[in-house]
Amino acid sequence: MLNNLFRTRRRYATLKPRDSEAQKAIPGGLWTKCEECGQIIYNKELKKNLMVCVRCGYHFKVSARERVAQLIDDGTFEELTDQTVFCNVLEFPGYDERIDRARKETGLDSAVLSGTGLLDGHKVVIVCMDFGFIGATMGSMEGERITLAIEKALEDRLPLIIVSTSGGARMHEGMLSLMQMAKTSAALSRFHDAGLLYISVLTSPTYGGVSASFGWLGDIIIAEPKASIGFAGRRTIEQTGERLPEGFQTAEFMLEHGLIDLIVERKALKQTLSKLLDLHNIDRKNPVSVIGLSEADGDSSLETGDAAEGGSADGQ
Amino acid sequence: MASDFSLDFEKPLIELEKRIIELRNFAGERQFDVCEELKALEARAERLRDEIFKSLSPSQRYQLARHPGRPFTLDYISLIFTDFVELHGDRMFRDDPSVVGGIAFLDGIAVTVIGTQKGRDTKENIKRNFGMPYPEGYRKALRLMKQAEKFNRPIITLIDTPAAYPGSGAEERGQAEAIATNLCEMAKLRVPVVAAVTGEGGSGGALALGVANKVLMLENAIYSVCPPQSCAAIIWRDGSRWQEAAEVLKLTSSDLLRLGIIDEVVPESGGAAHRDREGTARNLKQALVRALSELSQLSPDELVKQRQEKFRNIGRFVAASESKRADDKPDQLEIAPSSNIENE
Repeated sequence: MLNNLFRTRRRYATLKPRDSEAQKAIPGGLWTKCEECGQIIYNKELKKNLMVCVRCGYHFKVSARERVAQLIDDGTFEELTDQTVFCNVLEFPGYDERIDRARKETGLDSAVLSGTGLLDGHKVVIVCMDFGFIGATMGSMEGERITLAIEKALEDRLPLIIVSTSGGARMHEGMLSLMQMAKTSAALSRFHDAGLLYISVLTSPTYGGVSASFGWLGDIIIAEPKASIGFAGRRTIEQTGERLPEGFQTAEFMLEHGLIDLIVERKALKQTLSKLLDLHNIDRKNPVSVIGLSEADGDSSLETGDAAEGGSADGQ
Repeated sequence: MASDFSLDFEKPLIELEKRIIELRNFAGERQFDVCEELKALEARAERLRDEIFKSLSPSQRYQLARHPGRPFTLDYISLIFTDFVELHGDRMFRDDPSVVGGIAFLDGIAVTVIGTQKGRDTKENIKRNFGMPYPEGYRKALRLMKQAEKFNRPIITLIDTPAAYPGSGAEERGQAEAIATNLCEMAKLRVPVVAAVTGEGGSGGALALGVANKVLMLENAIYSVCPPQSCAAIIWRDGSRWQEAAEVLKLTSSDLLRLGIIDEVVPESGGAAHRDREGTARNLKQALVRALSELSQLSPDELVKQRQEKFRNIGRFVAASESKRADDKPDQLEIAPSSNIENE
């Protein structure tokens, strides 16, 4: 009784954490605040600007579907279908519910969306990961999907593009998660031996098992500006007592240390990929002008490979 | 006994063993006949040993796997192999002492043996970076594997590492790239590769030496996607629940054998490797020799195919039957395709 008298009252209100990463990335409201510069951006404008801040150029996270829409010519994307199902092999407590929630939030059934489509007329196999799905961590289903996509590209002798983002391993699947690194890497060893092109695009954030497997196995590795990429997370490193400088594990850091080939702004990503495909003599089915190019006023750091000119030969 | 360090659950046994030694010495000095008493005590010690080591929980095994008295890679190399010549360096940056490798004879056959190496004391641990390799360690390993392939030597890897080193130097020099490249290159080596997890199989840092035709694991070793403490901290935001995490992560040899992640469990002698190093090394040697003689039947093409398929089929769950639970895990094998690498 008396104790209650002296009990300190909480002087603060508890704020609920924001619902999910997915919602942060694709805001439901009309406006979004830039995580970097605080600029309030009208959502439609943000989307039109490929989820890049109009003021500071901060690259927001992009869902897998949206990424496909940004890179693949309208109406040409065909999702790969397979018999893969989710399985909570370890019977990890709470995992089934977590998957259900992620599925509802993202509308995807795994963190990996894969398919074939035309990229500026070039037929490619494309894989996009969705950070909104449990941080795009690697589960068996994700590993299987990526492997199937690699195998599809190998079978049809198509170029492969994987746009990665991932928090790393998925604890809920224990060693099965880890083994997806070996599985995808082994598939890529077959793919590379066949002389085919794999372009890896690393977006923010990409860490752990994804970096240390297919993420870093591209013939060409591209990163988005300022993307956080690395093997061990910053916190893990700091636990060893090391103080890390600003800009550690950014795309720019990786470029400086010779670990990636180039940094490409999102606005220029499609045309850069298209140019690289041209440079590998990948035929075009039917030339389509690059989306976003009409808006871009030549300010990108890359020369705009003239979409119509490059390799307009009708491919077969 | 290899070291003074002991774990709580092995203490009663250590006490009893101490008493047996005392009694024996005492009787020797005073010339008493204590045969009967000794026999009884020894029988009790044996019972106690079985009691303790036959029913270990995953968290206890995790502790055993990290026991500082456990044999390390260089111990196994000297106990199992002959004429070991250590080779150094990645030819690019430096020699990483947390990875050792070289050529040696295993039962008369020249092999390349590579392993992660922990230190016995603080000084050696600093040198060995607590068994946590830098990228140059993995690159040295790959260099030696390619060399083995050139000379058609089988490769044996011994894995005992907490993790690939998380640090700025490691990041600057491409830890992710080094591991990824090892996974990709190991998958296509045209010689037999046998891996043995002897202590801690710490995540990607362990797997970077683990893409083998046959993966063995010592009875009390662990192989895990992350340390149970981190798992507990990430999933439940409470690192103190690590024992629970060790339980659910399924990181023990028996669990991983059941899940098809590893191929064989190698029994540890005397209850645990640190209690009988020689006996444990003998068991490991037998398993390695057996594995190599099995694999020697395969052609280079078949070796690559077998290794690729082995990893291809891990975690492959398809809608064959409705319910998907651990017990009907055979589904993953049921759909295993033939050699082909195409999808439908």
